Amino acid sequence: MLNVSRLHVSYGESEVLHGLDFKVAPNEIIAIMGRNGMGKTTLMKSLMGIVPTKSGTVSVGATDITRFKSYERVKNGVAYVPQGRMIFSTMTVQENIETGLIPRGESKVPPDIYELFPVLLEMKGRRGGNLSGGQQQQLAIARALATAPKVLLLDEPTEGIQPSIIREMARTLKRIRDERGLSIVVSEQVLSFALEIADRVLVIENGEIVHEDNRADIDEAKVARFLSV
Amino acid sequence: MFADYSLAELGSIFVMQGFAGLILFSVFVLMALGLAIIFGQMGVINMAHGEFMILGAYVTYFTSQFFLNYLPGLFGAYFFLAMILAFFAAGALGMAVEWLMIRRLYKRPLDTLLATWGLSLILQQLYRSVFGPREVGVELPSWMMGSISVTDTIEVQINGLFVMGLTIVITVAVALLMYKSAWGKQVRAVVQNRVMAGAVGIDTEKVDRYTFGLGCGIAGVAGSAFTMIGSTGPTSGQLYIVDTFLVVVFGGAQSLLGTIASAFTISQAQSTMEFFLSGSMAKVLTLLGVVIILMLRPQGLFVIKVRR
Repeated sequence: MLNVSRLHVSYGESEVLHGLDFKVAPNEIIAIMGRNGMGKTTLMKSLMGIVPTKSGTVSVGATDITRFKSYERVKNGVAYVPQGRMIFSTMTVQENIETGLIPRGESKVPPDIYELFPVLLEMKGRRGGNLSGGQQQQLAIARALATAPKVLLLDEPTEGIQPSIIREMARTLKRIRDERGLSIVVSEQVLSFALEIADRVLVIENGEIVHEDNRADIDEAKVARFLSV
Repeated sequence: MFADYSLAELGSIFVMQGFAGLILFSVFVLMALGLAIIFGQMGVINMAHGEFMILGAYVTYFTSQFFLNYLPGLFGAYFFLAMILAFFAAGALGMAVEWLMIRRLYKRPLDTLLATWGLSLILQQLYRSVFGPREVGVELPSWMMGSISVTDTIEVQINGLFVMGLTIVITVAVALLMYKSAWGKQVRAVVQNRVMAGAVGIDTEKVDRYTFGLGCGIAGVAGSAFTMIGSTGPTSGQLYIVDTFLVVVFGGAQSLLGTIASAFTISQAQSTMEFFLSGSMAKVLTLLGVVIILMLRPQGLFVIKVRR
């Protein structure tokens, strides 16, 4: 579903990603692992069109989206849950979800979104900024799902969230994948979370993919070595 | 200072000055609504806001001249057409300015101060060259002139009532647009987090352009209303820009309700004091009051309470 080939991304003159190649199939979750500063967030931002691509191609299905702006990428089925959640804090929970619906010309929040996140239905009149971190994370995922994506990008979704909620989130993400057949890309530093949800694990180091494993035959110790500081 | 008047006279003075204050309040609200969108929501310090208003005033003047010369029979209705034209003229200029200049400056909001100040000087000179340096006044249709006597000593002007009615209609329309419509949600999402709004599928450049245009268009309508209480010259807008910023900042930059409350407080204080003291003394006292309140409450009168 998502094809990335020879992706180079740079900030000005300094190149951060040096030619990444990977594919994500429909109904597959991949985890991009790596320490701080190795290029995970840059990869996510470039896939979303927030950081410009220097060379290489990114495509969703048959559509080449490399030169598309963020909103055009969303139209082609890419959705993004950023690091730090970035919900619209002065808007209500319902309005936050609706921001993802409006560009598609819809106005009613589909009931299956509230079904996935019942807590959001309870809080729908509250301002997004007044939710707890875990609730905000759920809201950010709900907002992304409202755009009816084919590919869902999540940038460090476990950051700053308590362990019980993390486990619940892993279950929810797998449920979303199973129900909607999405391709999901998660960048992550927490190995246990990645192992729980991912079908495949990629390790990124200094802007290159240095290791790749299917979950069935993953060498946990080796991946852990890449993550240790 | 109250000793020269009887109690009944004092009552009438307060009512009439209160009414004059309400007219001033209406123009403030119209001016400030546009700025509350552009400065309060988008964060652009638009020093040329007064010039957008004056463009609306000139459009109104020329529409009235056109009706006077070619359609004298319909002169009574010219004002409604003038308002619509003023909205679109100022809005179109606003969108052009956004496209040429402002969209490059969203990441450095302080620079918009200098850029729009320059724009304001350019526009002033443009008005002077094109429309001439003389101030022009609009002739009001007969049904807007005169006043209604409420009691022997209290009279209210009809054009004042009209401006107030207009203000209420436009304020309600803006509030509905911003807080109830799908488009308003997009605007609020974009101004809160431009990058993230793009990442949920909103065409942020388009929303920015129309939002800026809307703010300028409302300034144009304010200019239309302005022709009824003052004469129009190339630099008339400059006189109002400080007051308008004062209203928006005092009200709390992100709250429309705050803008209205602060416009009311400032205009009423000013107009009531103006009668008993000199105009500049009234201004000094108003400013002093605003400064003291802003020292105690730097975020303005109304703020949205939310965890950051």
